[in-house]
Amino acid sequence: MTPEKIIFLIVAGATLASGLMVVTTRNLIHAALWLVATLFGVAAVFAILNAGFIAVVQIVVYVGAIAILFIFAVMLTRKDMRDSGPQHNKNWWAGALLAVMTFGGLVFLVQSWASLSKAAADIPSGFDAVSQLGNQLTSPNAYVLPFEVASVLLLAAMVGAVYVAFNRK
Amino acid sequence: MIPLSWYLFFSAALFSIGLFGALSRRNAVAILLGIELMLNSVNVNLVAFWRYGDVSMMAGQVFAIIVFAVAAAEVSVGLALVISVYRRRNTVIAEDLDMLKW
Repeated sequence: MTPEKIIFLIVAGATLASGLMVVTTRNLIHAALWLVATLFGVAAVFAILNAGFIAVVQIVVYVGAIAILFIFAVMLTRKDMRDSGPQHNKNWWAGALLAVMTFGGLVFLVQSWASLSKAAADIPSGFDAVSQLGNQLTSPNAYVLPFEVASVLLLAAMVGAVYVAFNRK
Repeated sequence: MIPLSWYLFFSAALFSIGLFGALSRRNAVAILLGIELMLNSVNVNLVAFWRYGDVSMMAGQVFAIIVFAVAAAEVSVGLALVISVYRRRNTVIAEDLDMLKW
């Protein structure tokens, strides 16, 4: 057990525990706050993977924007927040069964696949992942088209969200 | 060094938790919370494969960035729909929204 593995196990365990709280808590505000904890855990996993930029973007975009949006949505639909009825529908066991089967199938697939225990190569010294990422996102020979399509998608989503949620009265 | 399969097991577990949340919750906002968990687990896979492959090929990180953008778009439109439905029908329970069922 290297320290790296111990840190990964702690982070992964905390992330999965808070993920379970997200799907089981009754109070939706608490579920949204547990989602913040889960997102921080995933950002820590990105940091362990040497993807610092992705980890920062995860915190800025997910924790800073999406989780806050969830909390606003829960507060705007407050009447159902402490709904006295059950929080899970009557077919929740089928959902649980399907989730367990999905997990089992994925674990089976990953285990039957050899060459997964190999260690990652060291990052070459002087390699700057962020500048490489920026170059590839704006280079016509690489990913400039998906990048532009993503920006058009964000614009369309913004216009659509304003249109759908606009109060005409 | 952590083996790649640990990341894959972690993301499979997170995906299954999100799938359970999306399938079993009654509140529409909680269903969107489950979908966010699933999108996050996909990102873990993408970045892990970038790290364990050729690090000079940035495709994994580029895809992760695009998944961020898609998740932001999805959640903004989804929550706008939830708020609009709440304003008209006064409920966000997914089972009560059966206008299209006959």
